[in-house]
Amino acid sequence: MLDTLIARIRAAHAEGSPLIIQGGGSKTFYGNADEGEVLGTRALAGIVDYEPKELVLTARAGTSLAEIEALLAEQNQMLAFEPPHFGGPATLGGCIAAGLSGPRRSYAGAARDFVLGVRMIDGSGQPLRFGGQVIKNVAGYDVSRLMVGALGTLGLITEVSLKVLPKPTTETTLQFELDEASTILKMNQWAGQPLPLSATSWHAGLLAVRLSGAASAVHAAQARLGGEALKDADAFWQRLRDQATPFFDKRPPTSNQGLWRLAVKPTAPPLNLGDAQWIEWGGAVRWLASGLPPAALREAAKAAGGHATLFRGNAPRDGVFTPLAPALAALHRNLKQRFDPRGIFNRGRLYPDF
Amino acid sequence: MLSPAFLSQLRRLLPPHCVLHEREDLLPFESDGLAAYRNTPDVVVLPENEAQVAAILKLCHAEKIAVVARGAGTGLSAGALPVDGAVLLVLAKLNRIKAIDPLARTAVVEPGVRNLAISEAVAEHGLYYAPDPSSQIACSIGGNVAENSGGVHCLKYGLTVHNIQKLRAWTIDSQLLEIGNESLDAAGYDLLALLTGSEGMLAVITEVTVKLLPRPERAQVVLAAFDDVAKAGAAVGNIIAAGVIPAGLEMMDRLAIQAAEAFVHAGYPLDCEALLLCEVDGVNEEVSADIYTVRAVLEASGATEIRTAESEEQRLKFWAGRKAAFPAVGRLAPDYYCMDGTIPRGALPHVLQRISEMSAEYGLAVANVFHAGDGNLHPLILFDANTPGELHQAEVFGGKILELCVEVGGTITGEHGVGLEKIKQMCTQFASPELTRFHDVKAAFDPGKLLNPGKAVPELHSCAEWGAMHIHGGRLPHPGLPRF
Repeated sequence: MLDTLIARIRAAHAEGSPLIIQGGGSKTFYGNADEGEVLGTRALAGIVDYEPKELVLTARAGTSLAEIEALLAEQNQMLAFEPPHFGGPATLGGCIAAGLSGPRRSYAGAARDFVLGVRMIDGSGQPLRFGGQVIKNVAGYDVSRLMVGALGTLGLITEVSLKVLPKPTTETTLQFELDEASTILKMNQWAGQPLPLSATSWHAGLLAVRLSGAASAVHAAQARLGGEALKDADAFWQRLRDQATPFFDKRPPTSNQGLWRLAVKPTAPPLNLGDAQWIEWGGAVRWLASGLPPAALREAAKAAGGHATLFRGNAPRDGVFTPLAPALAALHRNLKQRFDPRGIFNRGRLYPDF
Repeated sequence: MLSPAFLSQLRRLLPPHCVLHEREDLLPFESDGLAAYRNTPDVVVLPENEAQVAAILKLCHAEKIAVVARGAGTGLSAGALPVDGAVLLVLAKLNRIKAIDPLARTAVVEPGVRNLAISEAVAEHGLYYAPDPSSQIACSIGGNVAENSGGVHCLKYGLTVHNIQKLRAWTIDSQLLEIGNESLDAAGYDLLALLTGSEGMLAVITEVTVKLLPRPERAQVVLAAFDDVAKAGAAVGNIIAAGVIPAGLEMMDRLAIQAAEAFVHAGYPLDCEALLLCEVDGVNEEVSADIYTVRAVLEASGATEIRTAESEEQRLKFWAGRKAAFPAVGRLAPDYYCMDGTIPRGALPHVLQRISEMSAEYGLAVANVFHAGDGNLHPLILFDANTPGELHQAEVFGGKILELCVEVGGTITGEHGVGLEKIKQMCTQFASPELTRFHDVKAAFDPGKLLNPGKAVPELHSCAEWGAMHIHGGRLPHPGLPRF
């Protein structure tokens, strides 16, 4: 299988013909439109190595997240960054290439924080291996993490090693009726205290806070924070993770409204950009269903210390991601040029100019 | 040698006390924390603000003069070793804490701020900066970013890369890079990760925004003795399999235990082959639950003695021996050479067995100190530099240990960096396609190879030469690099 992929990439490199890397196809909506023939990775499947005592799992890129999570669950372990599946057969390769994380992110870390090593094929068809299967490793530049969130533009990920963590023994979700400004303050105050927080969410005047850990610790925190216990909390967080609620629903292609992700300083005050909003990650992500001009949303995100992404919707001319400052844009082009000299991988997916 | 014309241009950029070029002023900068590697710099510059850093880089770029960045000089891989004909750019005077935001849990600091000074400055808010390299009293945050420094608490709290969120850095052609932002992620490639651990090869950092964590409510440590290192190694895996992620999990072998006990009288049991220190921290109730689990696992794993620290005083005493392990071992021989490989934990018994065999083969004793939780092994090779050939033997032996780490699926450096010290072993860990990509990354930032030349990533032809040399058992020549 690997040989077939290498051969196809070498041929595409020789011809300069673009390829679209695709795993389970669960995130085809994400990023800018790209062009080319589909290069599927599903056949590149299987768990290569899993040592619960080492807290390390290695699997091929086409392995489904569901399979990985089921195997980990047998040993009471998990992917702590809680990757979204978006209701599709999401694969490990796509998960890492997109670099997206779920509700636990602000308390446990992001996808990039758990990547220990990758095997990949660069744009000339050269197989490469970076990082490894150990938690501490500072030999050479951290190319493994560079691949996370690069949307396949630097190479085809063929195998990933991840750090995994034990599942908490107990989880409880508390719900509070609270306005937006008070919610943002509470989320940040609590995050600065030794509390077993593992997720936060606010939408339509309701704050939900998940606590994870030893039963005694969770119960003590629950007694301290108050609130109402949320029933069916696992389903609630999974729907949020996968954007399977009406708020996140795919916008019709003709709609001028998009789902925007504004990543901001967690303490940023209410953005006042409209009512349709969902707050996550302790205040650091504000989802907006908005028809405002992209420039206005980007300006607001920048003023709030971060950046704005059109997560779902019709892409503006300069792309769905916030354009980079010239010095950074030049570095991006340099890196792309080195890893994929003929620009065959996912052309335009990250930024329209490469 | 740098030309007088260049030096006078440099002097125009900085106040007189910020440019050192007299030999007696240069000597303190001839090595970093790895004193076996020394080279007197041609000139040392100590800028006092970011604008001066940018101006120095601009001049050096225009004149094609190499630049070696240096922080507090505590590095252990000769990463900040001066290079002939280069400017040594010391960032120690950029040492202001510019902002602390207790609610957002961040601090904005200049690169010369000491690691521990950050935690001290934010302590009043109940916060701290988690990575704690053993040199944290002295080492600076800029150096921590350059090396992706770890410490005792990595398994639970991560390395530097997990605990920073924004950098201001300057490329050699004096372009400002603002990488990351005040949120949890940024648009584009993860250049924050790429710069972290890049050993001063890609850019010069002038500002770091670090993440701060709430101080754990409680920390408690358990000490366990074993009559066999393999049993101790298995106990480590068993603790993790039981679902506990210790804040610190350290192991020492017999020689290290004896040395530490003789030095600081921590009260360690002396009739054992291995000692484990397992610290758990967090919410009060979580710690109680974890201590209970850890004790049960240690007992089931065959510990011959288990003690739980019942007071903060006792906790610090248990740690005192481990924290003094390096200087303690330093009393056993005139010199020691510290290695930094990481291995999958399961390979520990095999690796320790092989190290012990090689110790006999090379006639040099080894004390092993191990960040057991994350597999980072620090064998300390004892030698006497005044005995002709012993330093060389120690280096060869050390190189063999690193190659062994790679052989069992690990890495040549867990936290100290490659620098100049381990550059030869990079040829063991990486094949030419990967090394080529590393050079490509370097070229994307610094095509003229002016930042820290000759460090971290070997040239392909050097690997070929060293490979040949290796067969003849010859010593590595580094022209212009005196060794003693």
